[in-house]
Amino acid sequence: MNKVWLIIQREFLIRVKKKSFLIATIVVPLIIPAVIGGLIYIMMKEAESAKPDTVMVVDESGQFSLDSTKNTKRFHFVALPMKLDQAKKAYNETKDFALLYVPVFDLNKPDGLVIYTQENPSIEKISDLESILEERVRDLKLQEFKIDKEVLKNLKTSINLKQINLTDTGEEKSSNSGILYGMGFALGIMIYIFVLVYGIQIMQGVIDEKTSKVVEVIVSSVKPFQLMLGKIVGIAAVGVLQFLIWIVLISFLSTGVLGYFGLKMPQKQMMEEVSKKIKDEDVKQAVQQQQVQSNVKINELLKNASEIPFAKIAFVFVFYFLGGYLLYGALFAAVGSAVESMQESQQFQFPITLPLLIGYLGLFMFILRDPHGPVSFWLSIIPFTSPVAMVGRIAFDVPGWQLALSMLMLVGGFIFTTWIAGRIYRVGILMTGTKVNWKVMVKWFMLRE
Amino acid sequence: MEALLATNVSKRYAQHTALDKVSITIPEKTIFGLLGPNGAGKTTLIRIINQIINRDEGEIIIFGEKLKPSHVEQIGYLPEERGLYKKMKVGDQLLYLAQLKGLSRKEALARIKVWLEKFEIKDWWNKKVEDLSKGMAQKVQFISTVLHEPKLIILDEPFSGFDPVNAQLVTEKILELKANGSTIIFSTHRMETVESLCDHIALINKSKKILEGAKKQVKEQYRSNTFIVEHRGNHFTLPAEKYELKKQVTIEDGLHASTIQTKGGIKGNQLIRELIDLTEVFSFQEQLPSMADIFVSLVKNESSESLKKHLQEV
Repeated sequence: MNKVWLIIQREFLIRVKKKSFLIATIVVPLIIPAVIGGLIYIMMKEAESAKPDTVMVVDESGQFSLDSTKNTKRFHFVALPMKLDQAKKAYNETKDFALLYVPVFDLNKPDGLVIYTQENPSIEKISDLESILEERVRDLKLQEFKIDKEVLKNLKTSINLKQINLTDTGEEKSSNSGILYGMGFALGIMIYIFVLVYGIQIMQGVIDEKTSKVVEVIVSSVKPFQLMLGKIVGIAAVGVLQFLIWIVLISFLSTGVLGYFGLKMPQKQMMEEVSKKIKDEDVKQAVQQQQVQSNVKINELLKNASEIPFAKIAFVFVFYFLGGYLLYGALFAAVGSAVESMQESQQFQFPITLPLLIGYLGLFMFILRDPHGPVSFWLSIIPFTSPVAMVGRIAFDVPGWQLALSMLMLVGGFIFTTWIAGRIYRVGILMTGTKVNWKVMVKWFMLRE
Repeated sequence: MEALLATNVSKRYAQHTALDKVSITIPEKTIFGLLGPNGAGKTTLIRIINQIINRDEGEIIIFGEKLKPSHVEQIGYLPEERGLYKKMKVGDQLLYLAQLKGLSRKEALARIKVWLEKFEIKDWWNKKVEDLSKGMAQKVQFISTVLHEPKLIILDEPFSGFDPVNAQLVTEKILELKANGSTIIFSTHRMETVESLCDHIALINKSKKILEGAKKQVKEQYRSNTFIVEHRGNHFTLPAEKYELKKQVTIEDGLHASTIQTKGGIKGNQLIRELIDLTEVFSFQEQLPSMADIFVSLVKNESSESLKKHLQEV
């Protein structure tokens, strides 16, 4: 046991002391707050530049009263009571966004509308403008058909479903699929990446020991199984350390970044900025209303979030994180012992990680869509897929017995794969110059002690 | 007491038998040569002694005890295929390997210093192994083999990769270790090493032990009563029913060397007695077979009878 501890120490220290570890550990947490900060910055910039573009209008038809009442967040319309040629000249002297020319036209076939701009406008702006014009034409048509605008407005209804889970005890729990979906998605992917990245590190380590021949010296001091175990655990410790540093740094830096922007939800901030700039009362009211609505939404979101059992999820995450890593780590060690280069390992890598990939795909195809369906159930019970599947599912409130069964299966699963891997490993590490395939590995597995 | 006593040790794989009932006795505080062609089963035997692999049958006793896991701390092993962690520093590497053999950190540090000084490589502590030459890495690996002061040291081709100066240095250290009470097993093809260093030998061929014993006895076992005599004047005839003149060469003017084989168990003394009357004898020496001769002919012919024949023909 003492010797396994020595191996764990070595495997841990050589990796932690590497420059690449330092870089990955520092840079990744910097990237995430930087991205958050960047996004907020862009949002704020956009909010600032969201002052409406001025559009001059020459309306020969007299039907487009695109005056101030028609102003929107994006466009400010100014009617020019002059001929087009004059208007063009006048427009050229300003720095306004565009000059809109509306000739006399047929309501059923509006043709000949032209927009003059000084720069190339974005497609988005043009289509915005088009939809405003389309709306205006529609209004005109409504007038013609004598349909009241208010009646039409009343026909439009907006429904926001509030979702409540009825638990077995009849207790009501409001939940928010959005948050759960996001969590399941993020946690599942994190496990998938962790298992692959660190599994490959195990394999690389085993291959290095085998090709440098140092392994024969080591196994004259310790049992091959001890060496394998020490390596797997040592690398796990590296992963856990890196992960902890990330969490601390990311939360610290993210808080810092948010704090820099005034600790406000970016959405709320944008609303305020916009409403400050818009003088028009109606619009302001509408915006405020929306703001109140969105505040309610945010509060609801936060309230729901506080109902999510984070401690339980964190525990489950760590459990499956380690369980999945141990299960696949052993298989990676076995492959590493059999081959003599990373290239040669490719043919075995895919088959052993296939179940993990199935779990990953199942996460999107079944678990996040139907967390309690039969496929989701089995994916989260079978130990080869459960590390990704159960972690993706856990946010959706998994029954206790299912969780217990899945955990038990995972423990059994990694003991099983470690046993298999150990038997292949003890033979493989001393074999060089053999062409290895699955049949050979089975033969090694069957060899007596 | 024997350092190692192996009885009927066998190891079988699906297609072949790697060791077939091999029994070996290695006396304490000797240098034991484990000889045999490539693929004979030497490495298998060494790995079994090191408990890297298990035997299928047979018994191994080390210093009076049945082979058990804790014995690895009494054994030092230098594999034929040398290997160290390339990215690790020399000092860290030695420390790690010594601790795996059960030394405390403090003890290991002290001994590493002593050994690095012995090999005059004190300033290598912080060098990475990948920056060392092959011979330099060999020195480090040799140190790692003996740091824990093992009672049984197994060296597989210990001199490969060393230049003559360093080979001499290593030889001195090996003899020192022997003088300090260690038992050393050499697995080697280099017969000059065997001739000069080994006290006992065993020859393994095709998974079987075909010869074992003290080097001197083995040589005597294969003596062919052939003598080399240097003498002045070659005008004499020995009685043909007692002696056979196999070869006569002229060393310099009037000085000859004759290779004479006696018949019917006639001893060397009698030959000298007869020769003194016939010619002026300068030197007299029994021609013993070299280990190389024994090795080659045994491996080629396998039976001792044909060996004797082969040696007589030389």
